[in-house]
Amino acid sequence: MAGERLLPVLPTLEPLFPARGLRRGSVVSVVGSTSLALSLLAATSAQGSWCAAVGLPSLGVAAAAELGVVLERFPMVASPGRAPGAGGWAWVVAALVDAFDVVLARPPSHVKGADARRLTARARERGAVLVLSGASGAWPEAVEVQLTVASSVWEGVGRGHGRLRGRRVEVVAGGRGAAARERRVELWLPHPDGGVRGIAPCTNGVDIAPCTNGVDIAPCTNGVEGVVDGRRAHARRVVS
Amino acid sequence: MGGVRTLVVWCPDWPLVAAGLCHRPAAVLSAGRVVACSAPARAEGVARGLRRRQAEARCPALVVVDHDPSADARAFEPVVVAIEAFTPEVEIVRPGMCALATRGPSRYFGGDDTLVARVAAAVDERLPPGAPACRVGVADGRFAAERAARQGRVVRSGESAAFLSGFPVSTLGHVELADLLVRLGIRALGQLAELPTAAVLARFGPEGAAAHRLARGLDERPLAARIPPLDLTMVAELDPPAERLETAAFVAKSLADRLHAALAAQGLTATRVLVEAEWEHGERLGRRWRLDGTGGRATGALADRVRWQLDGWMTGSGGGAGAADRPSGGLTLLRLVPEEVRPDDGRQMGFWGGDRAAAERVARALARIQGMLGPDAVVTAAPAGGRSPAEQFHLVPWGERPPAPTDRGPGPPWPGRIPSPSPATVHLAPVSAEVADARLSVAGGPWSAVTAWAGPWPVDERWWDDAAHRRRTRWQVVTVEGTAHLLSQVGDRWEVEATYD
Repeated sequence: MAGERLLPVLPTLEPLFPARGLRRGSVVSVVGSTSLALSLLAATSAQGSWCAAVGLPSLGVAAAAELGVVLERFPMVASPGRAPGAGGWAWVVAALVDAFDVVLARPPSHVKGADARRLTARARERGAVLVLSGASGAWPEAVEVQLTVASSVWEGVGRGHGRLRGRRVEVVAGGRGAAARERRVELWLPHPDGGVRGIAPCTNGVDIAPCTNGVDIAPCTNGVEGVVDGRRAHARRVVS
Repeated sequence: MGGVRTLVVWCPDWPLVAAGLCHRPAAVLSAGRVVACSAPARAEGVARGLRRRQAEARCPALVVVDHDPSADARAFEPVVVAIEAFTPEVEIVRPGMCALATRGPSRYFGGDDTLVARVAAAVDERLPPGAPACRVGVADGRFAAERAARQGRVVRSGESAAFLSGFPVSTLGHVELADLLVRLGIRALGQLAELPTAAVLARFGPEGAAAHRLARGLDERPLAARIPPLDLTMVAELDPPAERLETAAFVAKSLADRLHAALAAQGLTATRVLVEAEWEHGERLGRRWRLDGTGGRATGALADRVRWQLDGWMTGSGGGAGAADRPSGGLTLLRLVPEEVRPDDGRQMGFWGGDRAAAERVARALARIQGMLGPDAVVTAAPAGGRSPAEQFHLVPWGERPPAPTDRGPGPPWPGRIPSPSPATVHLAPVSAEVADARLSVAGGPWSAVTAWAGPWPVDERWWDDAAHRRRTRWQVVTVEGTAHLLSQVGDRWEVEATYD
């Protein structure tokens, strides 16, 4: 994974990025969903990249493993030192950016502008991807791509029966440069069968569950079925 | 907490003993250099590392033979058989040296000293006449035990660090590190042991940390050495049975290569292998070989050791009683069991040194952070058993072996376990919550309506222990905003244990 300019993301997440992957040296921010941030790491981690997490003491490790992050290559610095300087949050992130392909970090309540600029420059120089997870205001610098979970609906649970099985989310992607144009993607995060899958956008109010091979993001062609390429046999209707 | 109490038997000048040359001035050469010499030759000034001509110049009467590791191993077999009378778990470090854990045998035979005397007597009986007497030592950890064996002494439990403190750092066998330490004024292992762990890790990296552990009389903890899954055992049945060593060795070679390939496919390398053989008339023999360091990584190293072992069993020469132990009939089955494996960081080279270089960079960066914040600051997760999301994984400091239960598959069923998907946020300390009229308020925040819920998953854990007894009911709750929480109810109190965000 040393030479490539682009780190892969899961096929269903590709439309969120103008480069269809995590561009080395970029800073990506994820607002409102830890599991979306983890799922950005899944594909590249599975292909041998080293990922690290900083400042997320309450990260659900089981969820990370279920979403596809390889735990042997995923060390975590749960609680960096409070004080700025050596041992502090920015210092730890800088040390990790030197060595890791992807660093998932939750910024503390306010990051100094100088620190943010320094880390952005460092990531660009070292070819690492910095994924920021947390509230939107914590990072003073502009990020290349910002992902926000606009809505989320849990499936499989009723009023006292069932259990949480899958969640449909709408992710809004923005950013600067080529990413400035707003993009919206509907996803299963997670899918009832595990992993992250796409949901075809539909206009008639009937949701079509994705086919089970996890690669379908296809526009509606006839307003009813959201799956093309002869895969409609797999399509399953979900009455919303 | 020291290393595993280990007994090491060392037969000095073994290549000479095996060649039958220990009473004459003789030297064994490998790649043009002296690798071993007999006591008479040493008295004339011959030493390890000399070139052939240098050695012959110092001792004109020197008999020079080429190194034959296969003969060494064959001659060592009767010695191992003698030691096996004390415990079945004998581990051959190399021909001429083997190790065993003393915990069981020591108790049975009445203490370390008695065991040492008995082992030494049994081994000396099997040595060919004229061979230097074997030396036996006991200490905590294999490294200290090897040193103790050279002096033939028993180091009391817990005193290994003090015993090692006087040795020079070069005994660690790591030339570059020893060189660096000496230039920094650290000459003895005791000086190294006095340094704080975090500082050693920060300055010298994982290799330095391993050396530091050895110097303190602890076991070198291999990075995540673990018991491998069963399916890596390689078996070959021989039909018709192999009567001759060449036939058996041919099978052994392909079997060893297959095992090597299977391990390499998973990015692993074996550090200890059990070689088991079954014979025509039902005998079963097994022997453990340790494959350490760079020597064990090469494809040929394992095949060599298996061949040596078969040679020892089938030829049975060397010791006087060898013929009696020789199995009758041909070899019918050969089995290689990798008993200890660890990630093979010496292979898997990507383009431009890719993966290895990346892993080294990572190790350096993490060592720097651990040096600044302490070893516990960097953790990795290892699966463990449990019901709640927090219990399903152990967090282990980076670089340490995960606790034992992780070695065994999925483990027992956990009734009442929260089904997947798992929450992405597991609160370190549960957050207090209030529930009333199908509304939820987290940490005194605003009330929001509960639209769906599931459960209960009742849990009554550790009821046998008053202090740790926990009785609670877990619920999954979805609020009108679309946020899902894992709530737990203890008595009439509600807590948010985790959030599905």
